[in-house]
Amino acid sequence: MARHFRAGAAGLAVLGLTLTACGGAKVGDDTAAGSGSSGKCGTFNLAINPWVGYEANAAVLAYVAEHDLGCKVEQKDLKEEIAWQGFGTGEVDAVVENWGHDDLKKKYITQQKTAVDAGPTGNEGLIGWYVPPWLAKAHPDILDWKNLNKYASKFKTSESGGKGQLLDGDPSYVTNDEALVKNLKLDFKVVYAGSETALIQAYRNAEKNKEWVIGYFYEPQWFLSEVPLKKVSLPEYKEGCDADAEKVACDYPVYKLDKIVSAKFAKSGSPAYDLVKNFTWTNDDQNTVAKYIAVDKMAPEAAAKKWVEANRDKVDAWIK
Amino acid sequence: MTVAIEKPEKTGTVKPPAPARRVRRVNRGVVVAAIVLVWLVLFAVLRGKQTLALAAADLTDLHRWCNDVNDSIGANRNSNPLFLYFFNEIRVVIDSLVTFVQELISQPTAGRPVPQIGWLGVVGVVGYASWALGNWRVALLAVAGFTFLGLQGLWQESMDTLALTLSAVFVALLFAIPLGVWAGLSDRVNRIVTPFLDFMQTMPTFVYLAPLTLFFLIGPASATIATTIYAAPPAIRITAHAIRSVPETTVEAANSLGATRRQALLKVLLPMSKRTVVMGVNQTIMAALAMVTIAALIDAPGLGKTVIQALQSLDVGTAFNAGLAIVVLAIVLDRVTTAASGRAETARGSDSPFLKWRRQLLAAGAVVAAVLVYLSHMYVWAAEFPGEGGIGSGIARTAADVTTWAQDNLSGLTNAFRDALTNGLLNPFQTLLTDSPWWLVGAALVAVGTVLGGWRAGATTAVCVGLLVGTGVWSDAMTTLASTAVATVLVMLLGVVLGVWMGRSALVDRLLRPSLDAAQVMPPFVYLVPFLALFGATRFTAIVAAVVYAAPVAIKIIADGVRAVPETTVEAATSTGCNTWQIITKVQLPMSRGALTLATNQGLIYVLSMVVVGGLVGAGALGYDVVAGFSQGQLYGKGLAAGLAIVLLGVMFDRITQAAARRAGA
Repeated sequence: MARHFRAGAAGLAVLGLTLTACGGAKVGDDTAAGSGSSGKCGTFNLAINPWVGYEANAAVLAYVAEHDLGCKVEQKDLKEEIAWQGFGTGEVDAVVENWGHDDLKKKYITQQKTAVDAGPTGNEGLIGWYVPPWLAKAHPDILDWKNLNKYASKFKTSESGGKGQLLDGDPSYVTNDEALVKNLKLDFKVVYAGSETALIQAYRNAEKNKEWVIGYFYEPQWFLSEVPLKKVSLPEYKEGCDADAEKVACDYPVYKLDKIVSAKFAKSGSPAYDLVKNFTWTNDDQNTVAKYIAVDKMAPEAAAKKWVEANRDKVDAWIK
Repeated sequence: MTVAIEKPEKTGTVKPPAPARRVRRVNRGVVVAAIVLVWLVLFAVLRGKQTLALAAADLTDLHRWCNDVNDSIGANRNSNPLFLYFFNEIRVVIDSLVTFVQELISQPTAGRPVPQIGWLGVVGVVGYASWALGNWRVALLAVAGFTFLGLQGLWQESMDTLALTLSAVFVALLFAIPLGVWAGLSDRVNRIVTPFLDFMQTMPTFVYLAPLTLFFLIGPASATIATTIYAAPPAIRITAHAIRSVPETTVEAANSLGATRRQALLKVLLPMSKRTVVMGVNQTIMAALAMVTIAALIDAPGLGKTVIQALQSLDVGTAFNAGLAIVVLAIVLDRVTTAASGRAETARGSDSPFLKWRRQLLAAGAVVAAVLVYLSHMYVWAAEFPGEGGIGSGIARTAADVTTWAQDNLSGLTNAFRDALTNGLLNPFQTLLTDSPWWLVGAALVAVGTVLGGWRAGATTAVCVGLLVGTGVWSDAMTTLASTAVATVLVMLLGVVLGVWMGRSALVDRLLRPSLDAAQVMPPFVYLVPFLALFGATRFTAIVAAVVYAAPVAIKIIADGVRAVPETTVEAATSTGCNTWQIITKVQLPMSRGALTLATNQGLIYVLSMVVVGGLVGAGALGYDVVAGFSQGQLYGKGLAAGLAIVLLGVMFDRITQAAARRAGA
């Protein structure tokens, strides 16, 4: 019983303390700060796909939409596949860095007509095989695919079954690597790391401990500002050489990254749509913001603010 | 070469080391060895034929069919009455439930920059509720824990997670308790329900995330439903179990006094099983918290988002900080519900003079809590957690430093260990499974299943093998099976060593148990980055991650088993001059055989539930297929098939080990 007395006494003491501490700013005193007039923009549903480069695009767009256009921006963390699905149901207005994805374009733009193309982001996407810088320096000839077989045995791991290991990453990546290995007659086996995190960690270790690693990677990417990986040249890309997925024997094309918006959003007359449509910047711009987020560990919003303030002219061109 | 390595391996996996006392058991071991021997001979002859291998991008007709179904649902969801009048309605209800809780404690509501109840109010209510339901000790823990969340700088994220967890648990219990009671009363219902529960628990969440967003759209409703699906089974099972364990004589007594069925249920069965039912609620809360990070992939708000975002830039410190917040939430909710179940029991016995005072104290507490809620509703200092969350950044920095140190200093050692285990054990075993013709592996599995678990287990195995072939991902399933088996062996090694140690010493138990709890609740995504640094993107990394997740269960079960060996038996053995080693190997382990089998069973199921996470760190096979299905439209059907394959492996193992356990117990 004494136990409960003590608890009750403690409770009453808290009550007394809090009552004497009454005062201070009341909720609602300074509501003006966050919720400015939403204007005619209303809510802007922005999908956030899970890689830092995308996050950089989205952070800057969200910042401008919020501060210059007075939109209420809803950021939704989604994988590509699910984000596109959201176009039809009105839950996603825009995807602001799309890599190819011809299958999704066919399904949602051509067949279901729930999405439309909103033009390029200005970024050029390079996909290919990369090695850590120390390796490119120690064996410069490794940057030509013809010499890869010479070094195959060096790339052996516990996972590659006696062959050299070619490390692939996240399953959502666009990849022809299995066909490439076969058609270029390389003594390699594609091993799936399964996530971008695993891929980056593999390269990070390789550079630090001078290990032999070759794998799939892409630009623009924040990690390249930490470890500047070197790209291995594959047989040159020519229009249509990747038409048959089984017979691909050429490098990846340069992807013009683009933006996709929902058909409803495009017709809505929202200033946010014009912003998304006019938005373009360079790989360097994106890398700068991505570095703020990933390496300097700034919050995306703070990173966007820093870049926008330094590049007011570019931003003004988007919103005219 | 493989012979020498594989033979003991196989028997060790399926069955714990049996004491050579009963003739029949020895025979069983010999038969299994013979089966494996025949398998090895045939393997040498038929190697590489009819292996049913399927390349990463290849599909079967079944996979394509699933894709088509998926596409047509997506295309027609706005015109289909099933959607308009069924799924959409469910979605609206659940959405408003979650939004309501969120506006209460985590999200700013209309016109207010802060939620209705600020941090002080939440801490007050949590403290009061823990005291009222449990005791003042857990109330203190709850207040400290929730304050710590704020000091970590994660108040809003934690409240979002709490809101989602509470909503999911509420919805889960709404169905789980009645269903559990029904399954407890009727054997038939129980038999029907059990396979569905198995399915819900072993089907990888990744598989149904995408379909759920198709049915219930993106947003809190889908996240809540995903969490509910995963979290409801423990409550159903444990409720059913609780009803069943009420002594038959008690029920008969009630019946003989003329109680109706309804009276017997409400006045006897339910009150008597209250304590266990609360344990079921506890398990459901834990399971819901385990889903936090996965649900973040479909935009569930809260701590999971922080973990996933930190993972993108390999920021171990921030991920750990958020993971720790999940652990803190889990520990608080666990202790409070456990204490609540204890009160349910003690309250029955002592109700006389105590109750009067308690009522008044409860009322006083309620007033205090209400005042705190009011303050946090009105004043900014009580609504927004003060400070910058300095503890959080300190924790993040320390975690990052520790990880870097471990990576720099241990990777040589860990790589040697990895290569030894991969080349010596995993690779030969995997080759045997993937390079043998499918019918040979299937026959061997069925035969072993029959010998260990009896003809019923054998029949189940046969069905599972047939369905596995049907999924079209046989070869990947065998690769996964090999890793799973190796991981389970490691789990059991750890389980026996640490479990016996804990079972024999109360001090060790007290010291180890919190870390075991943390290992179970800490989201695997948090420790993937350090493991990747230590072991590279390999199958072995996946095995280590699975061991971290599964070993605590095995250790706890074995510790309980060892502790349950009657003291007098141990004393008798000591007095006859047995030394410690002899007591462990001759008395304690043989006598806790049931616990060992149960530990193997649970260890396996837990390892299987980590297959998908393994796919993210280089394990390939089924885990990769599932993740790929979640990421790419044209692989959707294959991901679904791979998810089914994981379920089938789970069912197969579960039935064999359970049947073996029953036989061992008999």
